[in-house]
Amino acid sequence: MIDQPVLPRILLLACCVLVPLLLLPIFAGRYLLTVLILMFQFAFVGQAWNLMMGYAGQLSLGHALYVGLGAYVPAVLWLQFGISPLLGLFAGMAVAMLMAAVIGGLGFRFGIEGVYFALLTIAFAEVTRVAFDHIALTGGAGGLFLPVPAEENAAWWRLDGGPVFFYYITLGLAAAGTGIVAAIRHNRLGYIWRAMRDDPQAAQALGINLFRARMLVILLSAAMASMAGVVNAFYYRNLFPSQSFDMARSLELILAPIVGGLGTIMGPLVGAALLTPAGEALSAFVQAAGLDAPGVKAVAYGALLMVIIYFKPDGIWPWVARRLGLS
Amino acid sequence: MTASPLLEVAGLSKQFRGLLAVDDIGFTVAEGEIFAVIGPNGAGKTTLFNLIAGVHAPSSGSVHLAGARLDRLRPDQIAALGVGRTFQIVRPFASMTVLDNLITGSLMRNRSVREARRRAEAVLERLNFTNQAARRAGELTLPDRKRLEVARALATEPRLLLLDEVMAGLRPTEVDGMVATLRAINREQGTTIVLIEHVMRAVVALAGRVLVLHHGARIALGTPGEVMADPEVVRSYLGTEALA
Repeated sequence: MIDQPVLPRILLLACCVLVPLLLLPIFAGRYLLTVLILMFQFAFVGQAWNLMMGYAGQLSLGHALYVGLGAYVPAVLWLQFGISPLLGLFAGMAVAMLMAAVIGGLGFRFGIEGVYFALLTIAFAEVTRVAFDHIALTGGAGGLFLPVPAEENAAWWRLDGGPVFFYYITLGLAAAGTGIVAAIRHNRLGYIWRAMRDDPQAAQALGINLFRARMLVILLSAAMASMAGVVNAFYYRNLFPSQSFDMARSLELILAPIVGGLGTIMGPLVGAALLTPAGEALSAFVQAAGLDAPGVKAVAYGALLMVIIYFKPDGIWPWVARRLGLS
Repeated sequence: MTASPLLEVAGLSKQFRGLLAVDDIGFTVAEGEIFAVIGPNGAGKTTLFNLIAGVHAPSSGSVHLAGARLDRLRPDQIAALGVGRTFQIVRPFASMTVLDNLITGSLMRNRSVREARRRAEAVLERLNFTNQAARRAGELTLPDRKRLEVARALATEPRLLLLDEVMAGLRPTEVDGMVATLRAINREQGTTIVLIEHVMRAVVALAGRVLVLHHGARIALGTPGEVMADPEVVRSYLGTEALA
């Protein structure tokens, strides 16, 4: 439960951040909006991953799998069968949850934990990547391309829209994801997951069914992650197995919660707000300087991660929160 | 004593790769009793607890709680049937506050967090632990961590409480405090207590009956007075440790 004197400050902070964000598209250009869309996506997927790692203590290094399925399934349904992405979204979610059920069922049933569970998640993402390279329906290795609609026939139910449209969608996702995590934290599941993360055996001695608690978190996390995939498909309008299911993608999306603060509500937001603009600025700078350094972003992220882990191993947000008197 | 016992252990054995850690142990504990298990290190006391609590499956034998068979159940199912336990090597939820540790335990019997919180606060109150409620469990001193183990197990409202060396590392005055608390819980709530203990002072003060284990086998069972006068017990346990 939140202490009384802290609550007004949190609300004040939320208003100071949310209101400008809602008004921002009036002033912002296309480039800035695109960067922010990316940032909200990472914040949202970060929340999904943080539920698993930060709250329930289950390390997944294959979350790109769920995002990728959440992108491919609605894209294929739309392209091949003309099914609205608003319905396809749920189909993608169902497929992602099915994969999560298989991974969780195997891993948690047979007591595969920690690093070994992480290897299992990588394996499933990799196998899926290779499989999608060879599935003709999804375009194989050559990729899947969604035609860009003419602006005059754009329809919201087909998720046709420009940066402003997707800015609000991703902002909504990030806010909703944060709301879900905040609600769970103070709920029954929040206690069960955090206890399980701190000490599974002690949690079990308190009547907690570890298998069920772990299945719940992987299913919820996969369902959330799959929703971010829809944005990938219908905003960028091209999908490649080598990108969608790549391990680098899985690693990229866990950075924000780690840097921001594992197991905190604000961590993934703070991490994404820091990392995405910094990464994009770095890319832009390198490009402007005429340098050819394709890996520079990854190197910068790696260096930043080392600095954070060395100086603020709990992440940035817990430290900032103490400074602001929020905890 | 009631006619049918609350806890009934029969012919219980556990073999770890050739080592017989628990060797054909049988005993019963009546509802409302305080029952102690003593014995030298490595006698199989904690293994016995882990067999009752479902952490290990027995190689043979059975455990019943109020007629319901416990062996073959998972630890969480056994907890739900009313067995609360502490761990000899403490296992706090280190990043959570003391109160949140207890709320987690209390949630087993209460669906709503609000009600679980109310019960958890009552348990803290009763163990004189309220002043530490907001502390992170990882920051507690060892005696307080032992106290947290007891408090968290109590928060599950157990019928049977298994306490694994909760007095170890406590100062004599703290031992007296813990003894008084356990006795009060036993008397007022009717909680049956089985405790593993090296602190003989606490055993004598609390337990109606004592089971003595050595090399996994039962060498004596009786009142504290009877057991301490038993020549076999003196030779294998008290003589070498308690009198040293």
